[in-house]
Amino acid sequence: MRIDKDLVAASATPLVLGILVDGESYGYAILKKVNELSAGEMRWTDGMLYPLLHRLERLGYIQASWRVAASGRRRKHYAITQAGLELLADRRRQWAVVTDALKRVWTEAAAAMPPARAMVAEPSR
Amino acid sequence: MTAVPRTPDAGLEAQIGQWRGYVQRHRAISPADVDELEGHLRDQVADLEHTGLSGDEAFLVAVKRMGSLDQVSREFAREHSERLWKQLVLTAELPEAADTRSRRELVVVLALAVAAAVAIKAPALAGYDLDDDASWYARNFGLLVLPFLAGYFAWKRRLGWARSLRLLAPPFLLGALVANVYPYAEDGSTEVLVAIHLPILLWFVVGLAYVGGDWGSHPRRMDFIRFTGEWAVYYTLLALGGAVLVGLTLAGFEAIGLEISSFIAEWVLPCGAVGAVLVAAWLVEAKQSVVENIAPVLTRVFTPLTTLMLLAYLVALLATGNVVEVDRDLLILVDLILVLVLGLLLYAISARDPLARPDLFDQLQLLLVLSALMVDVLMLVAMLIRITEFGASPNKTVALGLNLILLANLAWSARLSVGFLRQRLPFSALERWQTTYLPVYAAWAAVVVLVFPPAFSYT
Repeated sequence: MRIDKDLVAASATPLVLGILVDGESYGYAILKKVNELSAGEMRWTDGMLYPLLHRLERLGYIQASWRVAASGRRRKHYAITQAGLELLADRRRQWAVVTDALKRVWTEAAAAMPPARAMVAEPSR
Repeated sequence: MTAVPRTPDAGLEAQIGQWRGYVQRHRAISPADVDELEGHLRDQVADLEHTGLSGDEAFLVAVKRMGSLDQVSREFAREHSERLWKQLVLTAELPEAADTRSRRELVVVLALAVAAAVAIKAPALAGYDLDDDASWYARNFGLLVLPFLAGYFAWKRRLGWARSLRLLAPPFLLGALVANVYPYAEDGSTEVLVAIHLPILLWFVVGLAYVGGDWGSHPRRMDFIRFTGEWAVYYTLLALGGAVLVGLTLAGFEAIGLEISSFIAEWVLPCGAVGAVLVAAWLVEAKQSVVENIAPVLTRVFTPLTTLMLLAYLVALLATGNVVEVDRDLLILVDLILVLVLGLLLYAISARDPLARPDLFDQLQLLLVLSALMVDVLMLVAMLIRITEFGASPNKTVALGLNLILLANLAWSARLSVGFLRQRLPFSALERWQTTYLPVYAAWAAVVVLVFPPAFSYT
């Protein structure tokens, strides 16, 4: 299943911030974690993660520092800041409202019509 | 992930090197960003090799997952607009198309410069003389030149005729009315105030065209601040060069017994001065990266010097105890000093990498702002005393208003700087404050131009 681009974009910030709550991390590891959490269903274009990280850094939600990894390569690590935690809490409340509303819509829709048939009856535009 | 010692794979290294070179060609991606992306690529390749792919295959998959570099670079450009603010157009143009457009641009700029020169000389046909009607020229100077600059940006940002006229014509017409319909008293100070503030107001109208009508966008406003700073540097350079050339020409003609100084004063100087306004703007736009290095250098040299000057002045002011006795000219002078401080601050902010950590220079800058604030508060007290003692005159009221505006800006800037130095606030808060404040200056200039003359009965 392909997740719609807009949905990926909307969920990217809370996902990244949420992952960083567990401790600082770097780009590749963050992407791997997203992959793991969504069981491979949410594929980001890898390169797009970095402009997002830089924006969050500029706005003060995360802080970056260069570390040297065990392999001897330099890596840019990101850690969440107080402002980032506050933003995350705020986003979390917003998403709770959205998912609640969606859940209700799904159950009501399921009760109101037998799935496929009703869709077909809709006049085509 | 385990840290396995990688076997040196010459083929893979060469491929990664090639990829790196290709990424580096995108100007929006800085070398540090390329390092970060390369690290990502290597991690991905290593993981894929673990699953059994060969080095080549792993590299191909990893590059593919990285996404189209043009798209990624565009995303970087959006986030780091300061890295290529001069290119502004984020869509990639074909090289040939860009080439013909830049050649056409030169023609447009030169045509507009000639038109501005004609506009400045045209009133001479109607009997206005630069010397005899100096006050008329002073009031109308901005109106004769800046519409052409606004026109250039309207063309460059592809605003279209209808939108340009709707957006830009009303303020210029209003300015023309105020400059020529108000019955100014001879040698009155409101006339001088209009002559000073109208060009400032019209410069913001040019800004409206510069940002392509998108005046709500804070990054675009920052671009306009940068443009203003760089334009000032270019204009000064052109003026210096022009002065040297004119001096040599005069001396040369004099040596062979030809007197051309009146021709120079009546034609070359005014036409050159207005033409340079457009040429300087074009030079800034044409992404000459020379100045990019000059603005930060100027800021770094003059920030400590200005701080020293202000502190010395403050000490002298307190030591002589002359705070109440200061006269009006001094108050205006202090306003100018504060404008300079604000200019330095804006230069520094616009040239700074927003992601860099606070350093010594940022502390120095806070010191500059604080010393300016102290001078300002002293002056404000002095001015209030003067106004309550002798009543309000147009000059004193303008000096006071400007002072209050600068005080508010600098005080809040100082507060934000402290937050930034303590790492409680991101640098973007400072940037945002300055771009948010920008309309205040325009509004103040508008008040001085529109309201002051009638309020002080045109004296």
